[in-house]
Amino acid sequence: MAEVRLRVNGADHPLDIQPQVSLLDALREHLGLTGTKKGCDQGACGACTVLADGERINSCLALAVQYEGAEITTIEGIDHPLQAAFVRHDGFQCGYCTSGQICSAVGMLAEHKEGMPSAVTGQGSGSHLSGAEIRERMSGNLCRCGAYNGIVEAIQEVAG
Amino acid sequence: MTQTLPETTTTRESVVGKPVDRVDGTAKTTGEARFTAEFSHPDLTHAALVHATVSRGRITAIDTSAASAVPGVVTVLTHHNAPALKSPRKVTPTDLSTMASGTSVNYLNTDEVHWDGQPIAVVVAESALAAREAAALVRVTYETAESTVDFTAEEPAAKPQKNNLVMQGSAKKGDAEAAFTAAPVKVDRRFTTPPLHHNAIEPHATLAVWDGDRLTVHDATQSIDWLRSHLALRFGIPTRSVRVIAPFVGGGFGGKGFIWAGTILTALAARATGRPVRLVLTRESVYRTVGGRTPSTQRVALGARTDGTLTSLIHTSVTRLGRVGGTPEAVTSQSKHLYAAENILVRQNLVELDLVSNAAMRAPGEAIGTFALEASIDELAYELGMDPIELRMHNEPERNPIDGKQFARRHLREAYRVGAERFGWADRTPEPRSMRDGRWLVGMGVASAFHPSMLFVANVVVRLSVDGTVLVHCGLQEMGMGSATVQAQVAADALGVPVESVRVEYGDSTLPMAPGAGGSMQTASVANSLLAACEKLERKLTKLGRSPQESPAAVLAREGLPSLEVSVGSDTRLGRMAGQLRFMSKFLMDQRRWMKAALGAHFCEVRVDPDTGEVRVSRWTASFDVGRVLNAKTATSQLKGGIVMGIGMALAEQTLIDPRNGRIMNPSLAEYHVPVHADIPPIDITYLDEPDPTMPLGLVGIGEVSITGVAGAIANAIHHATGKRIRDLPITLDKLL
Amino acid sequence: MRTFSYVRAPDVETALRTIATEPNAKFLGGGTNLVDLMRENIERPDVVVDISRLPLTGIDELPGGGVRIGALVRNSSLAAHPLVRTRYPVVSQAVLGGASAQLRNMATVGGNLLQRTRCLYFYDEASACNKREPGSGCSALGGFTRNHGVLGVSDHCIAAHPSDLCVALAALDAEVEVESTRGTRRIPLTEFHHLPGSTPHVETALAPDELVTSVELPAPVTTRSRYRKVRDRASYAFALVSVAAALEVRDDTVTAARLALGGVAPKPWRATEAERVLLGAPATEESFRSAAEAELASATSQDGNDFKIELARRTIVATLRDLLTDRSAA
Repeated sequence: MAEVRLRVNGADHPLDIQPQVSLLDALREHLGLTGTKKGCDQGACGACTVLADGERINSCLALAVQYEGAEITTIEGIDHPLQAAFVRHDGFQCGYCTSGQICSAVGMLAEHKEGMPSAVTGQGSGSHLSGAEIRERMSGNLCRCGAYNGIVEAIQEVAG
Repeated sequence: MTQTLPETTTTRESVVGKPVDRVDGTAKTTGEARFTAEFSHPDLTHAALVHATVSRGRITAIDTSAASAVPGVVTVLTHHNAPALKSPRKVTPTDLSTMASGTSVNYLNTDEVHWDGQPIAVVVAESALAAREAAALVRVTYETAESTVDFTAEEPAAKPQKNNLVMQGSAKKGDAEAAFTAAPVKVDRRFTTPPLHHNAIEPHATLAVWDGDRLTVHDATQSIDWLRSHLALRFGIPTRSVRVIAPFVGGGFGGKGFIWAGTILTALAARATGRPVRLVLTRESVYRTVGGRTPSTQRVALGARTDGTLTSLIHTSVTRLGRVGGTPEAVTSQSKHLYAAENILVRQNLVELDLVSNAAMRAPGEAIGTFALEASIDELAYELGMDPIELRMHNEPERNPIDGKQFARRHLREAYRVGAERFGWADRTPEPRSMRDGRWLVGMGVASAFHPSMLFVANVVVRLSVDGTVLVHCGLQEMGMGSATVQAQVAADALGVPVESVRVEYGDSTLPMAPGAGGSMQTASVANSLLAACEKLERKLTKLGRSPQESPAAVLAREGLPSLEVSVGSDTRLGRMAGQLRFMSKFLMDQRRWMKAALGAHFCEVRVDPDTGEVRVSRWTASFDVGRVLNAKTATSQLKGGIVMGIGMALAEQTLIDPRNGRIMNPSLAEYHVPVHADIPPIDITYLDEPDPTMPLGLVGIGEVSITGVAGAIANAIHHATGKRIRDLPITLDKLL
Repeated sequence: MRTFSYVRAPDVETALRTIATEPNAKFLGGGTNLVDLMRENIERPDVVVDISRLPLTGIDELPGGGVRIGALVRNSSLAAHPLVRTRYPVVSQAVLGGASAQLRNMATVGGNLLQRTRCLYFYDEASACNKREPGSGCSALGGFTRNHGVLGVSDHCIAAHPSDLCVALAALDAEVEVESTRGTRRIPLTEFHHLPGSTPHVETALAPDELVTSVELPAPVTTRSRYRKVRDRASYAFALVSVAAALEVRDDTVTAARLALGGVAPKPWRATEAERVLLGAPATEESFRSAAEAELASATSQDGNDFKIELARRTIVATLRDLLTDRSAA
């Protein structure tokens, strides 16, 4: 067992957990923050996306102990215009990937603002967040219901 | 069964058809929506499965000592120490829940192994981590037996599928073989499609709690009612002693329609340990224990006159079942209905393999059958030198081709006209490889979509309260279709109340029984009963002397009634049986009178890299004839979702089952490629909104129709772009080099 | 996942001492590969030494025009860094072509070097794998080999190296700096990874007690470089074939060429044969094709990956052509 102090959504949580507990399981099983989802537990679907110090990560491949001291934000700690935009544009069906999509989109918008390029960013291309840019940048979040169009529209609306 | 639109007594604008936001939208965007794995219980334990690693044989030894020694392990259940479980029952028409069993294996009650992946032990521990760690330490010795697992090798020995009440294994009109031989223009092609998996992002999960002989399960299920009956049967307890709860289900697509090992074994483990048990399947366990879509080989032979008139349509298929279960897929179903061929022959054949049973997956049968049929029609169009839409319209039937029945509704011509215009089909030059965009080869393809429409029994209770709110009780499942939202719209219109004042409670077997979310029939079935209930309620209000100006709530207030309740259907054992019999007879009668289906026309544009063969779907328009649409927003999403899944099926998806041993080798979302954001262009959905006169509110189910035809449209577009006909899915780039 | 003990290393020295004294210890960087493999029971360390907070996160310009990249620089930081984007576009593109944004925010440069194969049989405990369990055999032979190698493979192992970044680094003559309690040494990237031969479980030149501390890139021969990745979906998939290329052309003649391939070999494959053919050749599609032919001449394939030979040829030609076109466009 290891004593770990996790900072989640602005609050400190002392935890006594084994080192193999993932950040995802720490959130879901130990802190009761079940908004973050487990889809594959192998970094292949993005349902577990949370923000660590403002950057999106897959919490299933993060050991909780490793993220001691980091500011973790989960869907429960997010209050963002994207959430209403997802509803308006029907950016989900079953809702299981939605927390991950929203956390990922929040992180993505910040990355883009800071000049992070993507695989489709052309050399010297401007700062416009096109549909193609959003699709590439969001490709780490699978949606099996196929709500991709609505998700992209919601992000586009919020990005302006 | 004919139903007219309910007359509204108020001037309130109708909400049916409107793009109403989902009632659970906020719950799903804030993380508040609770899925099965998120329910807990005091003293909860956690389970993990151990899978067989041989495809057939007997367990001769199973060593659980290392597993049991892992700190936190409560027990390791095997066939040596597991409680007895009743075997699944044979399917009987009087109790359709007997269809629910995923396989016939009596898990942990036998030393027999029937497929690679069959659960042969369950570890129960204080934490999921410990359970999984221990599961990896169980050592098993087998006496292996000869097995047949290679579909390609066994497929030639397939046997004809027998006809039954609900599905025809074969059908014919005229002499299609002779007509084919005589036809001046013909194509005769062989197609293959691979095994596929549903891959709902939510893995299957169950939480089981026993209280004496009463069992409560939270389960990620598409069929609450079937699951309840099935659990009662397997554990030898009355149905009323089982409660199933599933408020939110994270996608199903058929994968959560049957009852698979994980659910049964969770309840069994809870029984054995006397403690609540939760099992959340790993992604690998989902692949190993839940069946997927069968692979297929198909032959389509088309004969035509030089003017394009189809004289012969032959469609045969081979699919597989597990030796331990599975249901045949209606691969040739659309071929009996889509074209006015003078002679038709369809025949489905089956092989049984030592693999986990196949399972229904979104439009089982038609999803892959339309690929072969619609690609063949395109080939014939090229043989004839005709536009592929023109060929389809030339053979558009007036009556159901196979038997001359009336169509309940058919506007496919109009769907094509509207779609072609929106898509810009007229800009296409027919010659393959004739269109380019820079270096990209551009191709455009079309295909028809088809899925039969059905209704099932649904029971509902509707309660109107004096405060003006309406509560609908129905044990339906919500896995993304927007069920609660659209039923609230139905009730709001029927009663003339604002949609915000209607609340639908669902996802619990204590509520009136509803059909499973499958076969594209839940929405129409529930709406059917809900309308009847609302009419009953209206009649009661009328009896209470309601004046035209009076709101329903005002009547109650005037009469001093706190609420008024009506129900449709009965949840007693007898009532349920009567309901099912009524359904069966209605279904059969209905089948004799009308051919009813959801239809559509897909238009797709692809770009193919001439160097590497990479295919990108760049544009999509789909035009549907799906009766009246209840909610423009959720319906559009559902229709798009099927197309997205179809794009995956066409270009990338494939479950790799090693033909040497029957083991699934890519049980992971990293190696089974479902489409990602970057694969999906903006999809243009349009629908005609022509009500079906034979269905409640004129609506037909839309959950499955949109995946049909997708792979055909893509294969046709790829041919147009490259000149290459690829008849084996998925169309990966190596096939285009 | 097996139980292990966790140690957070406060400094490089402690990290090196710990790994030297613990018999079955592993360094943990971003965790994107190690945690996955531990969960699958393929990696089973007794001790995990968390090095993610060590100060190895700098990207510094070197005298002479090269760049030194700390081993714990995260993929996303590497891809976005102005020095990398302007001088080594191929590196930035390779990183951005890999995994997902979430994973790139976690994964480190050092970890990328040590990324393990995606062979389906390596990942499956029930299958034979000489890499996972030396001497057990290779179930991939005769199995599904779509993501397996066609160059440098052996009868014992045909697994391919999955990294994108390493392919770019191999093309650019990168050097890896490694440290242990015994001292520091440098290994050329092209010699860092081993071919399987009869010992596929020995994957790199790194000793068990050594830590990758940085990667150095020499001054680029040209800033005209690019990474082309061909895969089974538009994003978020491992390469079937990838090409990292840098091309310098004067008077229609190739004056410098750097070429490496991914997805086709057990290591990031520096295409020296192709480079030899290209150097001094006219910058034409014919030359590119001859170069590709030369590189793939020794390729061997299975039923499932035969297409990769032709795909690699075509992707090489297409990538070089694109670089040439870029030049005329510029």
